[in-house]
This record gives sequence, C-alpha cells and structure tokens, in this order.
Amino acid sequence: MYKVVSVIVFSFIFLAIPAKSAEVNVYSARKEALIKPVLDSFSTKTGIRVNLITGNADALISRIASEGKFSPADVLITTDVGRLQRAKSKGLLQPVESDMLTNWVPARLRDSDNQWFALTKRARTIMYAKERVSADELSSIEGLSEDKWKGRICVRSSGNIYNQSMVAALIEQLGEQQTLEWAKGLVSNFARPPKGGDRDQIKAVAAGQCDIAIANTYYLAGMLTDSDDTQVQAAQKVSVFWPNQGDRGVHVNISGAGIARFAANKEAAKTLLEFMLTEKAQAWYAKHNGEYPVREGVEKSAVLKRFGDFKAESIPLQRVGELNSAALVLMDNAGWK
Amino acid sequence: MSASHVTAGPARIWRLASLGPALMLALPVVVVMLSVLQPQWQVWQHLAQTVLWDYISNSLLLAFGVGLGTLILGTSLAWICHHYEFPGRSAFEWLLLLPMAMPAYIIAYCYTGLLDFAGPVQTAVREQTGWAYGDYYFPEVRSLGGAILMLTLVLYPYVFMLARNAFRDQAQSLLEVSRAAGLSPTGYFIKVAVPMARPAILTGVALAMMEAFADFGTVEYFGVNTFTTGIFRTWFGLGNAQAAAQLSALLTTFVLLLLLLERGSRSKIKYYYQGHKHHSQNPQRPSALVSVVLLCCCLLVLAAGFLIPLLMLINWVWGTGLAQFNGQFLSLMWNSFSLALVAAFLVLVLALLFAYGRRLRDDPLIRMPVTLASMGYAVPGTVIAVGVMLPLAWFDKSLDALMQAWFGISTGLMFSGTLFALLLAYAVRFLAVSLNQVEAGLERIKPSMDQAAQSLGFGPLKSLQRIHLPIMKASLLSAVLLVFVDVLKELPATLILRPFNFNTLAVRTYELASDERLSDAALPALSILVVGILPVIILARAMNRESR
Repeated sequence: MYKVVSVIVFSFIFLAIPAKSAEVNVYSARKEALIKPVLDSFSTKTGIRVNLITGNADALISRIASEGKFSPADVLITTDVGRLQRAKSKGLLQPVESDMLTNWVPARLRDSDNQWFALTKRARTIMYAKERVSADELSSIEGLSEDKWKGRICVRSSGNIYNQSMVAALIEQLGEQQTLEWAKGLVSNFARPPKGGDRDQIKAVAAGQCDIAIANTYYLAGMLTDSDDTQVQAAQKVSVFWPNQGDRGVHVNISGAGIARFAANKEAAKTLLEFMLTEKAQAWYAKHNGEYPVREGVEKSAVLKRFGDFKAESIPLQRVGELNSAALVLMDNAGWK
Repeated sequence: MSASHVTAGPARIWRLASLGPALMLALPVVVVMLSVLQPQWQVWQHLAQTVLWDYISNSLLLAFGVGLGTLILGTSLAWICHHYEFPGRSAFEWLLLLPMAMPAYIIAYCYTGLLDFAGPVQTAVREQTGWAYGDYYFPEVRSLGGAILMLTLVLYPYVFMLARNAFRDQAQSLLEVSRAAGLSPTGYFIKVAVPMARPAILTGVALAMMEAFADFGTVEYFGVNTFTTGIFRTWFGLGNAQAAAQLSALLTTFVLLLLLLERGSRSKIKYYYQGHKHHSQNPQRPSALVSVVLLCCCLLVLAAGFLIPLLMLINWVWGTGLAQFNGQFLSLMWNSFSLALVAAFLVLVLALLFAYGRRLRDDPLIRMPVTLASMGYAVPGTVIAVGVMLPLAWFDKSLDALMQAWFGISTGLMFSGTLFALLLAYAVRFLAVSLNQVEAGLERIKPSMDQAAQSLGFGPLKSLQRIHLPIMKASLLSAVLLVFVDVLKELPATLILRPFNFNTLAVRTYELASDERLSDAALPALSILVVGILPVIILARAMNRESR
C-alpha cells in the first residue's frame, strides 16, 4: 500500500514538474523544420519547455513591437543580420552578458553591444556550369559586370534579402558609386529577368539557360542531398567558385538570435542561446542546414567540405544591416527587378 | 433595397447589433488607410522614379486579365453544364469546382516545375531535337501572362458556381418563349441567359479580381512586380512600414472603385427567384460530336486546373515517402480544418447580420464600415494582420492600464496573439466573399415575400429563419464553402497572428516551399487539397439536391 501511494505521489510530482517548469518563448524566422529538432533536444536536456512561432522576420519584429512590454517573446531568431539589426534599432532586444557567448562567437559575428549573436554563417557565392565555364575565367564578384558575361548570369530578384545584404556589404566596401556601376553592369549581363529562388538559378545553370549563378551554398548542398534525383543531377553539373579570395573575401551573412527586451524568461533564453552554440548543436545545425558553424573547430558537413575552404568578408555585419535600405534603393536605380 | 414596410423597432435592434461588429471589422482597413496621414515623400519619390508604374500596370493587368479569364471560363463552363446533356455532365458539375481547393502558389510551383526551361517538358524537347537555349520558342511560365493563367485556373470556380446557380433559376418557360421568338440557343445564351445572370457573374468576377489584387505567392515566385510584392519590398527591404501601408491604401482605392462598379452594375437590374414551382430548364441533348467536344472542354479545364498539379504533387510525395505523416501532422490537419470551419461560420453569421440588416433598412452608418471591411479581401493578408495587430495591442494595453489603475491587476495581452486575433483577421479578409454570396441570395428573393412574412406577424429574425434562409440555402452553402477553402489556403495573416505552437497546413507548405524544398512541401499541399475537396463535394451534392 505504501508503495502504491509513493508511486502515485512521485508520479504526481513528476507530472507537476514539467507543468511548472521553466519555459522559453521563441519567435523564429527560421523555418520550423530547420529549428524544431534543436529546440527539442534543448528541452530534453534542460527540461525547459520551448514555445515556438515561426514567420517572416519583419512580421515577427512588428509583432514584438506592437505587443510592447507585454510581449511574450523571449528569443528572436532570424536568418539574416539585417533583421537583427532592425530589431536592435527599434529597441526590441537587450544586451546579454555571457562569457560563453562572447568567447564562442567572434566579435565580427555579434553585435557590438552583445544584443545579437550569430548562430551559423551562410556564404553567398558564384556557381558556374562545369561544362561551359572554367574557374580561370572567374575572379571576383566585381568581374561579373564585365561584358564577357553578357546574357550569361542568373540571379534572383532584388526583393530577396540575401541580395540586399550582399549589395549592402559591397556599398560598405566599395562605396556607393562603384557599387551602382557594378550593379548596372551585372543587370546588363542577366540571362533573364530575375525570378524564382536560389535553387531555380542553380537549375537554370544546370539546364544551360545561363552559365553563372549567384546563390547561397546551402541551396546547392540541399540539392545534392535531395531525395529527388533530378535535383541531384542538376546540382552535379554545377561547381562552386569562391570569389575575391585575393582581397576582401566572399560575402557571408548569418543566421542569429537575440533576447527580447521584455523577455520574462531571460535566464532560460540565455541558456537556450548558449545551448545553440555548443559544439554538438553547432555540428547538427551545420549538417542539417548546409550552413557553416560559427564556432571554430566544429566540423563542417561532408557536402560543405567538398565545396572547399574560403576566405570571408571581414566587415562588421552590423553595417550590412544598417545599409539594407540603401542597397535596395541602389538596386532599384540599377534596374535590378 | 430599403424595405420601409418593416417596423422601426426590430430594424433598430438589428442595427444596434450590427454596429459593433461592423466598426470592429472596418478598423483594420481604417488603420491601413490612416497611414496616409504621415506621407513618406522620399520613399514615394524613389518609387515613382523607379518601380511604381510597374506595380500599378502589372497589378491592373493581372486583375483585369484574371477577370476576363474567369468570366469566359466560368460562364461558358457553367452554361455547358447547365444547358447540355453530355456524358459525365453531373460529375463535372462538382468536379469543375475542385480547382478552388488548389492554392494559387501551389499550382504555380507545379507548372514551373513542369514547364520551366529546366523542367521535364522542355528538357525532353531539347533531348529529342538537340536544340539548346535560344534555339526555340517556348512560352515562359513565370511571366505576367503565366500568372494570369495560373490564377484564372484556380479562381474560375467562383464565377462557375455563381453563374450556374443563376442559370438554374431561369425557368424553362423563358427558354421556350425565346425559342418561339426565334432566338437560337446561342442567341438565347448571349441575349437572355447571360444578361439575366449578370449580377451573379459579375459578383464572381469581382471576387476573382480582388483575389488577384491580393495575390502574393504567385507573383512573387514569378518575378512579376505588383502592388503586393511592392508592399513587401517597401516594408521589409526599405524598412518603411508607413510607406508600405500607403501603398496598400492606394491598392484599396483601386478595389473600392471595383466594388462600386460591381455594386452599380448590380443595382441597375434585379431578377427575383420565382419560387419552387417553376420548371427549371431541361438540358439539351446535342449530337455525338458536340458531346465529345464539350466533354473534352470540361476535361481540359479540370486537367489543367486540378489533375495535372495533383499528379505532380502525388509524384513528389511518392518520391519523398510519408515520413512526415505522423501524429503531429494529424494535428496540423485538424488545426487547419477546425480553424477554417469556425471562421467560415463566423463570417457567415456576420455577413447575414449585415446583409439582412441592409435589407431591413439601408443605413449608411452600417453600410460604410461594412464596405470598408469588404475591401479587406483585396488587401494582402500581411497588411490586414498588421491592421488587426495594432488596434488589438492598443486595446490590450489600455485595458491593462485601466485594470491596473482600478484594481491593481495586470491583464497583459488579452486578445493579441490569440485565436481571436486570427479570426478577426480572417473575418476582415474574407467578409467580402461571404457577403457577396449572401447578398446575391437575398436579392433574388422578392421584397413581397418579406411583406407577406410580416403580414403573418413574423419579426425579422423569424422571417429570416423561416423564409429567407431556406430559400437561399445554396447561397449560404457556397458562402461557407468559399470562406472555408479560402481560410484553409490563407497564409500571411496566419503566419503573423497565430498563437504559440499552432501551425496549419498552409503554413507548413509555405515554409517548405519557400525554402525551395518542393518535394517535401508536396505532402502538406496535398493535404490541403484533401481537406478542401470534401466540403466542395458536400456543397455540390447539396446544390444538386436543391435544384432537383
């Protein structure tokens, strides 16, 4: 009898714990399928429950802003530095003091006030048709505005955030005038008006509609590991070229996270950020998203290794976020649809 | 429409009951419109110099192209199914409604996959002929024309459904009289049937055009710059929410014009339902050749709007397997289904409240906010969501401050981030759909019926329940169905407003598809169709029963 009672009592206590246990509310611009597994393993490990909403980064930012001090958001995750910067400038984030985070994330990949931290790196680079282009013909992103590429380049629209960030980084490094000239040259080399996503550009290269695409590497990685054979075959016709290796390096953006200003569960939120930067989580992330880990020493996935190593741009990413709208205006002026 | 015979008392109560909901629904659109008060000259100057004319011309071309396409396709198919007896006719009456369940962005993904330069069709052509890029002409799917075609293929059922109901109401005697007067069947179609069905047909066309104005997924994927993509670019890219809202306000003025046109055309003519006694027209039996041609026409549209994309989805699911299909996926289906159902009935009740109130006594105080709310149908869901979010957050904060001051308790966010916010957004977004159906249904009932009911001592509620609702059952059903399917497919507002840990099939589909994982997106997309088809079939059967 005593046993039965104690079992009941214990199971009640056991059941009561998760109900009372800490939780953390995550607003994520990273898609559910790409983040849920990491959050689940976080919950298993720490017993902290994670509540999740996914959505467009700007919409989530608007939601946090309109909810104000009552906002349930503890953590904001985005897939682009511009959005983190926007959240910061609207006063929606707060500084996080964590030795782990500051040690693990290089200064260039976090906010100067520690309001946001990179979780992964994503490289936007040149991809070319193996059959029709040799790597010798390529050198830098700037080179893509040369006449020899007339009618041979595919890239998605200027509405896309990755292009906006890439151009913003160029503005920071080359200056506005030179970037505009470059953008005009690039647009005149387009094989077709921009349409579709990054995968579509890669497929167009594979099919022969264009010879060069600008795309993020994880799209190619995703195609190479796709269950659909036609995707794999298309991806195999395309090679990665790392531009600007002699000078400033290739354009790199991040996915990252920050803690909301009115976070009710600040400690749990901090624990979550730290967890996502542990070696194990970083390795998983890099493997499943085809992105590059932020921490040094974490192994890249097999597909990424095949693409080779590269030198990345070293400008503070904060500037990329700040120049976002300037980049869009510039692309409009260059006629980049 | 005002029926001054109704005593003032009940009409006043009805009016009071409508006022609150009407104002609440108008609020999000008003919030968007109010953005005009803080002009963003710099952004506008930039837009006007670069992309604004593209937005305007593409949006107008898209909307009018879709309007024309759905008009032709919807009306002619409705006539074929109504007027001719050919093999498979009764099946096509509901089969031709199925494309309605197909989200436009999914059909766009499917046809791009199939017909794009890198797709199987063109690849096969190149392999057969040895041609390379530039050696041959192939129409570009991802273009304005392609977008018009895609939207027409999934939106024509709106016109089809309404036109067919209207044709059904036309009596056999009408056809006989026209025959006797020397009109050929084609002459009857052009000179009698279509003009008489005009209010219904135009309602359908207006709905399709509004949907085209609001479309984001298709035009974005196709690289066609319209108002909706412009709103997103301005808001997200330039980071200027005000200017984005002003673009939406400009878009809504286009829609307002459209609505006024439609209203105007409807108010000029009125045809009333003749009661159950009349014989509806007997279908004609055409020659064998004509039968085959008609069958092929119907089959072609069905294949293009439904079967081909369906097969592509099945093919993708086949490739990836059913690994995604687990308990979580079932809850996803349940969320989508229950949310759509609740929203559909909620919007129906609101539409009945407003439409019947208007029949009792046309009141500008109600009509204006309702018209404003109706424009929500053409406003992109994201913009509506923001329009819902801001006033609700304001209300929550004010309530909290009040409660703090009076009782010292903090109520926090009462409505923001709840299903209530989501349902409110749906109501604004889809009121027009339901309202149009209900109004079309009510308009076909002679005012003399109301007078008769009143002379029997029925109050407004009782005559609505006993007289109007039974007569307009078909309209009510289509109202519920259309909103159900629309909510099922709805994406942007759901994405922003939903509570924690709450996902729908559309959200799941979009997340995977926008990550360009089309094959993984196929299963949730297919599930949208499965959940959406069921009510389409129920509706079609109910309509048939109604008419026979």
